[in-house]
Amino acid sequence: MYTGKIRQILLITDGCSNQGEDPIAMAALAKEQGITVNVIGVMEHDVIDEKGMTEIEGIALSGGGVSQIVYAKQLSQTVQMVTRKAMNQTIQGVVNRELQQILGRSQTMEDLPPEKRGEVMEVVDELGETVDLEVLILVDTSASMKHKLETVKEALLDLSLSLTARTGNNHFSVFVFPGKKNNVEKLLDWTPKLQSLTSIFSQLSTGGITPTGPALRAALTSFEEKRSLRSLLSNDDESYFEESV
Amino acid sequence: MMMNHTLKSQCKVNPGTRITGKWHSNKYMIMKELGFGANGVVYLARHNDRQVALKISDNGMTITSEVNVLKSFAKVQGSGSLGPSLLDVDDWQTSRGPLSFYVMEYIHGPDLLSFLQQKGKAWMPVLFLQLLNDLARLHENGWVFGDLKPENLIISGPPPKIRCIDVGGTTIQGRAIKEFTEFYDRGYWGLGSRKAEASYDLFAVAMIMINSAYPKRFNKTTSGIAQLKEAIRARPELQQYESVIIKALQGYYSSAGQMRSDLLDCMSDDKGAVHTKGNTTGTKTNSKKVQNAHQSQPLTRQRYRKSKKKRGWMEFFTIALVVAFLYALYIFLKLQ
Repeated sequence: MYTGKIRQILLITDGCSNQGEDPIAMAALAKEQGITVNVIGVMEHDVIDEKGMTEIEGIALSGGGVSQIVYAKQLSQTVQMVTRKAMNQTIQGVVNRELQQILGRSQTMEDLPPEKRGEVMEVVDELGETVDLEVLILVDTSASMKHKLETVKEALLDLSLSLTARTGNNHFSVFVFPGKKNNVEKLLDWTPKLQSLTSIFSQLSTGGITPTGPALRAALTSFEEKRSLRSLLSNDDESYFEESV
Repeated sequence: MMMNHTLKSQCKVNPGTRITGKWHSNKYMIMKELGFGANGVVYLARHNDRQVALKISDNGMTITSEVNVLKSFAKVQGSGSLGPSLLDVDDWQTSRGPLSFYVMEYIHGPDLLSFLQQKGKAWMPVLFLQLLNDLARLHENGWVFGDLKPENLIISGPPPKIRCIDVGGTTIQGRAIKEFTEFYDRGYWGLGSRKAEASYDLFAVAMIMINSAYPKRFNKTTSGIAQLKEAIRARPELQQYESVIIKALQGYYSSAGQMRSDLLDCMSDDKGAVHTKGNTTGTKTNSKKVQNAHQSQPLTRQRYRKSKKKRGWMEFFTIALVVAFLYALYIFLKLQ
């Protein structure tokens, strides 16, 4: 069975970036490093404007992940659904590549007759249950998000509840942008449980700008630091799932 | 949950469309849409003059995963089980690319809540006893239903039999629940984990019982059981089952069988009915009284059992006496 792990960035925002580098390019960079970028657009009563919508879809597309636009009320369920869907996508990518190695040519799961697919699916399910998962959550705290933060907090606690029911290990980290001093601020360092988030989250101050690009870059750096720290400590080569599809 | 609109339009099939499977070449004629969920659209279709339900999705993975569940249902339960029986799995080659679909038995009837509204509350315990029976079998075979909710429960018949039409959330025991709906999810109410265990389903069953008295559901105000207890006590039709519902909510039952026999006890317990009558007047003013009544309920049941035991001994002695008398008569006649 795989000892690899799945790495994801989950971006929660309500609109368009307005400062720093292009977030879509940053998402593409993440994908190159084997990190999936998922985006959830939170809207109030109105619809997110066209420009914001295109950016949200663009980030997820070039980040190899999933995007979803929701009302704040439905956030909890969506956060866990998006994370799980993206995880399954990554696993299916890995399984498909294994299949290609075994069966040759460009065989994927869809080329198998339906009877055979069931067995492959069991492997995908099994992996989804046991694989280690690292999720870096990136929350937009620009002014318009202020009254949605309470809902975001609840959704994240709910995500933690869903994922800790799995057998595999989970690691979470939370970043907010804009931060107090910098573009991005680390709110919670890598931890297996999100429960410690509760106290800090409601006291967040919100800023005016939305530096989505720089925030994604900071997230990538955090993954790299985690990896180098880990290899220093344990000195073993960790295999990572690489993004495909 | 928010519907992904691109998904829906992709799987949109007009009535009258003929679908031919790529692998098994079975032909299906689409009649009408039955419903759609997060993972695809279900249609009523006709195959060789037989009505079937056909589920299409652009996500082959969910189709395969649901087919796996339906197959294992068939293995352990035979016909007339909780879920629909699986008839066919195939791909449909469209101009926009292949779409996966599977075909299942068409289960026809009103959903649980509308059925109860039409036929009356007397049906409630019957249907829940049926449901718990089916769940017990499912759990025994290592599965947990997961996304149990009244919309997914159809009453087919006659004779009325509860069936479940969406198996997308069914999970192997011990894993993490795949799909759930907040109101019926114990994690949402802060009353347990999202691990697939029998008690997860039983929590959902208890919430469906509450739901039957509150057809519009209600929102969570505080996490924990207090709000739910309040809700149960505010509805006279729930008070008869109060002890069972609360035990299920607190994860007291580790098997559907236990909950089922407790529910049966509630039904046969006449004294319980007297209590509830008292409660209905009491709830408005005095909630303490209700609590007392709730605590005393198991006691009365015990007493009932005891008296039953006593009656058992009486029967034994009478029979023994009669047998002894007959034997004595026999001996007496023989001696003569």
